[in-house]
Amino acid sequence: MKTPLAFALAAVVLAALAAAPLFIPDYWTGVLLGMTGYVALATAWALFSGPTRYVSLATVAFFGVGAYTVAVLNEVLPYPLVLLCAGGIGAAMALVVGLSTLRLAGVYFVIFTFGLAELVRQTVSWWEVNVTYTMGRYVFLPFEGRHIYWQLLALAAVTLLISWAIGRSRLGLALKAIGDDETVAAHAGINVTRIKLTLFVISATLITLVGAIQAPRWTYIEPSIVFNPTVSFMTLIMALLGGAMRLWGPLVGAVPLFLLFEWLSVSFPDHFSIILGLLFILIVFVMPQGVLAKLEDLRGRGKP
Amino acid sequence: MLEHVVNGLVLGGTYALVAMGLTIQYGIARIMNLSFGDTIIAACFATWLMFTGLALSPILALVVLVPAGYALSLVVYRFIMKPLVDRAPDEGALEVDSILVTFGLLFVIQGVLLTLFGGGYTSYSYLNSPVNVLGTTVAANRLLALALSLAIGAALVVVLFRTRWGMTLRAVALAPQSAPLYGIDTNRAARTAFAIGGALACTGGVVLSMFQTFTATGGVVFTMKALIVVILGGKGSVPGAILAGLLLGLVETFVAAYIDPGLTLAAVYTVFLALLLVRPNGLFGKA
Repeated sequence: MKTPLAFALAAVVLAALAAAPLFIPDYWTGVLLGMTGYVALATAWALFSGPTRYVSLATVAFFGVGAYTVAVLNEVLPYPLVLLCAGGIGAAMALVVGLSTLRLAGVYFVIFTFGLAELVRQTVSWWEVNVTYTMGRYVFLPFEGRHIYWQLLALAAVTLLISWAIGRSRLGLALKAIGDDETVAAHAGINVTRIKLTLFVISATLITLVGAIQAPRWTYIEPSIVFNPTVSFMTLIMALLGGAMRLWGPLVGAVPLFLLFEWLSVSFPDHFSIILGLLFILIVFVMPQGVLAKLEDLRGRGKP
Repeated sequence: MLEHVVNGLVLGGTYALVAMGLTIQYGIARIMNLSFGDTIIAACFATWLMFTGLALSPILALVVLVPAGYALSLVVYRFIMKPLVDRAPDEGALEVDSILVTFGLLFVIQGVLLTLFGGGYTSYSYLNSPVNVLGTTVAANRLLALALSLAIGAALVVVLFRTRWGMTLRAVALAPQSAPLYGIDTNRAARTAFAIGGALACTGGVVLSMFQTFTATGGVVFTMKALIVVILGGKGSVPGAILAGLLLGLVETFVAAYIDPGLTLAAVYTVFLALLLVRPNGLFGKA
């Protein structure tokens, strides 16, 4: 497809999605909202983890920090400034985490990010109990579901745009080289650490913003709610199902899985995590490169 | 003070024990097992069931559960890990695949435990009598836990470093490409290593349940601590795991006693990062 045509089509779809809450019941706006949130999360996750193959399990650490920033600042600052602060805090945290772990081998990174959410949760809980003497916080912002949805939709569109732009830039090329072979990339004169760090910070900032924007949905926030590890897990599995190496992959994975999880958590609340786990194992076995790659594979096989 | 040292050593001994299991799985079978902690928790619950339901002592549970852990891990390896090993083009791909699959397994085990036992804290009282050690009182169950950890750990070190069988396993850990040239069956070594790891996780679970409370969702924290111990000690190094495990137990106990029990994980992470910045390959790692 020609690029201008693709952009026009994307703009039409975006406009239709933006208009949707005016015509559908509130329940479905809520579903769309959750779905858009996960599209943004999975795309932002894949931005860094797809090409570098560094599996990050820290999604909810940034997501939760975003939500908590809004909870702490929503009565002190105007909303746009609160979002700006959340993004800034997310970026700063990503910079610190990245600087201390990204120069280590891949598996160290996985392990560090694995526990990061737990670490942040413990630290925030400790701080709230011992320093500010509050455990939960209230978020009072005059937003309805559709207002949050529109913000998330804009963020998801921006995330996809960033992902597209990076894929076409020198940065994207360098990333692919790093994903193929880090040592070779380094010898070819690519500043591996700096590129990984840049991408990690961009990806983490976007994830933090998703958390910040979604915060008003809860009204009441406490560490165990916003640092729930299932968020990292679902983001990862969605991006994997769709294909983390492709622009549309995370989106293709996020939409059906979100609807499936929504249905599962209503129908089988007690066995949710067992089904989630089995699904995850199945996806790794059947579609290691994601649905899009599988489809291309099948189409390629159909030809003589 | 001395009381904290003893308690720290008890906790550290258990960490060392389970970390040995993880380091063997990772070093020899090349599988990064994120469901390790949930295996530990499953063993905790099994011990609790046998103790409260059948009035069997944890020592007897050890005799039953350790072989069961070995056998179950063999099954898991055969049906879940082996296909991934066969499929992976290189070591890095296997590492990522195994992380993803065991992440799924983590949720399955946790979900099953939640359905069976609920989300509450569980514990039982076994040998909870005070014993005088060097002038401080320590619970007898903690001493037994320490003794068991040391005995099992030492036995494993002897087997790994003094028998031909152990040498085969270490050869695969050191040079997976060249080991087959000397007639070593690497597949078999990997399978055995994974099963030994599972057996050690069960051992750790039984020992831990004697003196700590546990919940169905607590596995993740154990996996994390075991991983940190493995990396601190240098991946694949058994002596490193023992030393790092003891260190971690001491740090945790002291932070909980003198600073705040809520900050143990933060302290562990600080030690982890600080050490990695000084020695990126761990205490006993090779550059």
